[in-house]
Amino acid sequence: MTEPVFYHWMVAPVVIPLVAAMCCLLAGKSLLSVRRLLGLGGITASLAAAIYMFVMAWDGTIFTYGLGEWPMPYGIVFVLDRLSATMVLLTNVLALFAYLYGLSGDDEEGAFFHFLFLMQITGINGAFLTGDMFNLFVFFEILLLTAYVLAVYGGGADRLKGGMRYVFLNLIGSALFLIGVGVLYGITGTLNMADMAVKAAQVGPGDAMMLKAGAFLMMVVFSMKAAIFPLYFWLPKAYASVTAPVAAIYAIMTKVGVYALIRTTILIFGDDRGFVTGLLDDYLLPLALLTLVMGTIGVAAARSLRLMVAYMVIASVGTILVGVGLYTPDGLSGSLYYMVHSTLISAGLFLLADMILNERGGSKDRLEPGPVMPNIVLLGMTFMIAMIIAAGLPPMSGFLGKVFILSAAADTRWHELAWIVMLTGSFFTLVAAARAGSMLFWKTNTAPAGERTRAQRYLPVAGILLVLLLWVGFAGPISEHMDRTAAQAFETSNYIQAVMGGGQ
Amino acid sequence: MTMLLIVLLPFLAIGPVWFAARFSRNASFYVAATTTGLGLGLLASLVPEVMAGNVFVDSWPWIERIGLNIAFRMDGLAMLFCILILGIGLMVVIYAKFYLTEDDPIGPFYAMLMTFMGAMLGVVTSENLLLLAMFWELTSISSFLLIGYWRHLPAARQGARLALMITGSGGLFLLAGVLLLQEITGSLELSVVLASGPQILDHDLYWAALICVLMGAFTKSAQFPFHFWLPNAMTAPTPVSAYLHSATMVKAGVFLLARLHPAMSGSPEWFFLVTGAGLTTLAFAAYVALFKHDLKGLLAYSTISHLGIITACLGMSTKWATIAAVFHIMNHAAFKASLFMSAGIVDHECGTRDARLLSGLRHSMPITFGLATLGALAMGGAPFFNGFLSKEMFFKEAYTLSQAHPYWPDAEYWAWIFPVVATVGGLFSVAYSVRFIHDVFFGPEAHDLPKHPHDPPFGMWLPVAILVAVCVVVGVVPMYTAESFLYATASPVTGYDMPEALHLHWWHGLVPELYMTLVAIAAGIGVYTQWKKIAAIGDKLPTIVGKDFFESFIEMLIEGARALDRLVDNQSLQRYMAYTISFATLAGFMAYIEEGWQSGTGVQTPASLVSLVPVILLIAGAFMTDFFQRKRLVSLIFMSVVGLIVSLMFIYFSAPDLGLTQISVEVVTVLLLLLALFVLPQWNPVESGWLRRSRDILVAASAGIGVGALAWGVMTRQQQTIADYYLAESLPKGGGTNVVNVILVDFRGFDTMGEVSVLALASVGIIVMLTGKKPLYPNQVMPFPEERFPLMLTSVTRVLVPTALLVAFYIFMRGHNLPGGGFIAGLVAVVALAMQFVASGLDWTKGRFKLDLVRLSAIGVLLAVGTGLAAFVWGRPFLTSGMLHLHPPGIGEVHIASAMAFDTGVFLVVVGSLVLIIRRLSRYQQTMEVQDKAGGNE
Repeated sequence: MTEPVFYHWMVAPVVIPLVAAMCCLLAGKSLLSVRRLLGLGGITASLAAAIYMFVMAWDGTIFTYGLGEWPMPYGIVFVLDRLSATMVLLTNVLALFAYLYGLSGDDEEGAFFHFLFLMQITGINGAFLTGDMFNLFVFFEILLLTAYVLAVYGGGADRLKGGMRYVFLNLIGSALFLIGVGVLYGITGTLNMADMAVKAAQVGPGDAMMLKAGAFLMMVVFSMKAAIFPLYFWLPKAYASVTAPVAAIYAIMTKVGVYALIRTTILIFGDDRGFVTGLLDDYLLPLALLTLVMGTIGVAAARSLRLMVAYMVIASVGTILVGVGLYTPDGLSGSLYYMVHSTLISAGLFLLADMILNERGGSKDRLEPGPVMPNIVLLGMTFMIAMIIAAGLPPMSGFLGKVFILSAAADTRWHELAWIVMLTGSFFTLVAAARAGSMLFWKTNTAPAGERTRAQRYLPVAGILLVLLLWVGFAGPISEHMDRTAAQAFETSNYIQAVMGGGQ
Repeated sequence: MTMLLIVLLPFLAIGPVWFAARFSRNASFYVAATTTGLGLGLLASLVPEVMAGNVFVDSWPWIERIGLNIAFRMDGLAMLFCILILGIGLMVVIYAKFYLTEDDPIGPFYAMLMTFMGAMLGVVTSENLLLLAMFWELTSISSFLLIGYWRHLPAARQGARLALMITGSGGLFLLAGVLLLQEITGSLELSVVLASGPQILDHDLYWAALICVLMGAFTKSAQFPFHFWLPNAMTAPTPVSAYLHSATMVKAGVFLLARLHPAMSGSPEWFFLVTGAGLTTLAFAAYVALFKHDLKGLLAYSTISHLGIITACLGMSTKWATIAAVFHIMNHAAFKASLFMSAGIVDHECGTRDARLLSGLRHSMPITFGLATLGALAMGGAPFFNGFLSKEMFFKEAYTLSQAHPYWPDAEYWAWIFPVVATVGGLFSVAYSVRFIHDVFFGPEAHDLPKHPHDPPFGMWLPVAILVAVCVVVGVVPMYTAESFLYATASPVTGYDMPEALHLHWWHGLVPELYMTLVAIAAGIGVYTQWKKIAAIGDKLPTIVGKDFFESFIEMLIEGARALDRLVDNQSLQRYMAYTISFATLAGFMAYIEEGWQSGTGVQTPASLVSLVPVILLIAGAFMTDFFQRKRLVSLIFMSVVGLIVSLMFIYFSAPDLGLTQISVEVVTVLLLLLALFVLPQWNPVESGWLRRSRDILVAASAGIGVGALAWGVMTRQQQTIADYYLAESLPKGGGTNVVNVILVDFRGFDTMGEVSVLALASVGIIVMLTGKKPLYPNQVMPFPEERFPLMLTSVTRVLVPTALLVAFYIFMRGHNLPGGGFIAGLVAVVALAMQFVASGLDWTKGRFKLDLVRLSAIGVLLAVGTGLAAFVWGRPFLTSGMLHLHPPGIGEVHIASAMAFDTGVFLVVVGSLVLIIRRLSRYQQTMEVQDKAGGNE
């Protein structure tokens, strides 16, 4: 028997930021430059690892890494396939942009910014990589606790209020997660996702109700993280009040929920899984459409730019899940394309909203007539491009993503409903975006303006927009990659083989 | 390649024109003009081939999975529009340079104009329908920006938004229509779609596709009832109105109809919808135009009316009607652009464009007068002008239609409506054309104008002159100038089903259409002389102003959204929690509904009396916790009862390790909560009414029953689980007999590593949250006891510390084999230290306990991670445990398991984080105390 090869880079996206975070704590309060270096180093190294992993997963190999070298399914396992590689890469790209923005001043508001930011990445990366249900809970805890603290970071009554909602509702989520995992473990006797998929298929009729109850509870938890109606209420106020780089990194948080939904409903509760076959086939898409409707209503109703962007996050989750809820490779592929787009553009808009807020003095980001911003031309241009991307207007990534999902929905039972809701949603977003833009940049008064944005702050925003332009330019090869990614996700037997086969 | 270049050129020029404006206005102008000229040049290289009937298609793959290619098509129709876009574009570029004042930034203007030009060229040359839809929306966006160019004008902002909303939503319809066409034909390529006419017409989705496409076309081409955005777009600078809102962009709608004509026409649906919309629009808009005092408003409605003519022609769909449509597209573009520019000149030179103020300008502006008159004659359809020719063709077709039509069996009773409506439209067209000239240029010379009028500079009237020349030349000698061109351009629209020759001529003999024209001219002039009386009647009729209607519709939607938002989301945390828990309960019950209740079949241990008592206590404790929820301290005490009994049950069921863990966790938790209660109000006031409380009880009870049922279900089942493996392999592979500890530090050490990071995070969280904060309810907190540090407590606890720490060490060391381990040891140590805070106060303790707790936790986590990384040295995966066998002299063999180092890390984090949290909470309390004192002194 040949000695198995261990790809230690599999844990790099977790271990690197974790160690860097702890070193930030060791560095203490005084050494800002050291902490900045640690942060930058940690994120860059993690990004490098993510890129490497993305390249490794490109050809379709599924890598597994048994932590502690215990045989499967007894130990915890990390699994890297195209889907998780894509998510990890997205996380780290986003993190770099958000962090760079944070370095332009927000990180000086408290001593723990760098630590928290790194921990946030640790948690998110871990959640995307783990192949173990309970370990997923642990990473959820890390990323959520960090998110709680970051929510109140920088102080202020608004942040405290938004943060409290975030904490309380997500604590309910955590409790539900534990109950759900407990039930699933009680019925399937395992925590390993691949193993759970195998065992779920074998559950007898006498245990069907328990299995389903556990499964549904897990779905509720993931739906809550993904911010689906009626579980999204923790999101808007929290996202709209946090500091800009935090809001930017939050943009990926809902996608952790989306990812967990995708992974579990395809792998564990997908095809040929006995009583939990196609668990959400009838439920996810209607809920996604409802989410899209409610998110769009929020976008139209919002009275401040950041709140509007926060509701755009919810609406985009709805759009993504429409594609996912079709449960076809085409739909998933479109959703993945759209997910990367929507994550990056929401982050970019949060950063941009912060710049606008600072330049508008007392009017902040409220959608009302305000002073002429010192940088009005540049900001206006950037805002317009960003909104065109976000509202799904051609020729930008949002448009293409929506077209992918629309064409995937054609010829399915959801055809008319999905099209009508998605296109109407686009219309309202367009109306709201035009209103917001004309209010912020055209309808000006003579009130004193705020400070001119430092050039440094444009860098991350420009970076995000550039990535999104490439996302359009290379939409052909990218969508082919997403096709392969989706196809691989639906080939659950390969995943199970990769996890279970290696250890036995 | 040439086609790609034609489309790309304007886009490439966006940056340069903007940048050039930094140097001078002229530089920007030259770049814009050169770009347009270059485009025309490139186009010219293709013209001979296209005139010969060739069709070019260039295609590059982009996104194959949805059939989206970068594909361009150059045929007669595309060529016609390219000439319009680039030719009139060049005129407008020149004109705009003189029109815009020094205060108007010229760089952004030309940049937006170039964007529009590129987008429009893209629309008309797209071979791929999805690509067409993409360019389509881009024209809406650039039109939005151009209308809002004078952003300080509220009307401009409104007009811009209105245009974007209407045309943008039309674009979404078009997108849907295009995708439906793809579903029907399996392709987005025009070559395929145009060839699948019968297949499209027979398909179930034809209706839907047709409606979607028509919505796109009608909104863009301002057909009734979507026309109202166009007059409001007239707040744009005049070059924009001339270019976008008369010559090109609004023609995109009719272009689309023409483009898809071979594929989608030929059905009664097409005939009635398109012809109906066209006829309604042409008559209605011509009528309204007469009463517009704003010259641009008049021209706007006239544009709508002429677009109606084109639409009606395309709707009639006969060979000649289609040719008439194409002919009218080019004629209208020429005369209307020239008229807009003339109106702009008047506005520019007089400072107003209100027909009621303007008068007698023929004296002061002779050149403008001449050019405008010629343009207006073309618009009114006077003989020897190009407008006459196409209008004659339209009249003829309208008349022919009244004789027989396949879709209308009872044509004899109704069909007269076609020629009548056409004539009425023509009549008003004549009337407003006369008004345009007569009101402005004739009559007594006006003297109270904002500016002193005079003819504009050469550069400004030259474009007008060129366009007017085209109108006249085509009108007089169509057979030499326009015939072959029209033949080439109309062929693709008819599906290459053309008559042998067109025989364009302004004299066809005494035919019905001539009478119609004569009636229209005579009656038109008559109506003009009476227009004020007619206007007075018109004023009495109720009017629906489309713009106001739409604005209030949007306002209503926004307000509706806000109301709905408030209804669902009232910002109350209680409600969110109710939603969440109810939804989760519902999800759980779904399983019950779908599968029915299934209890487990496991053998149940009979309950002894001894075990029954604590269970009853537990239930009572849980109830009391709820019952006393308003008195927090009492509630907390009952909660601790519950926790205690759970620990006892672990011990009763022979799980001493779990019992030990549970009890230490309980103690620390209660301690923390007690500290937190210090800074919170002592009780909750009753805030909710009985209704909401019943709701809460219902939600809580059903959730509780649900969780209880699940717990019962799990506990009554005995499955084979991975726990069996842990029990079996704990000693052989994990090297310890305490399975719980081996699971924690070895089997699932990675989880533990994550959880200790969470602990470290929590302590940092407490610091972040409590630093610099003031308590929210300083007046409601628990009063401090008189005697702060009771002597007994102080002295006992101080003696206890070393003992407790020793116990902690003992528990830690034996952890791998007997109940204990780093986690429990840490908790014990925390309790010992925490007691010092309680007994002796913060200052005393802090003075004697100088560890940096944050760093301690960090070191703990790093130790755990480091243990994991150490496995790399042996080439094992992260966190693989190992043994180190040492032989120190005198002691013998010592085993140091890597798990030990890991456990030490856990210990450090537990101590560091929890002590830190306790200390922070105490300090927070102390800041309040200080405030209390300060408050007392006041």
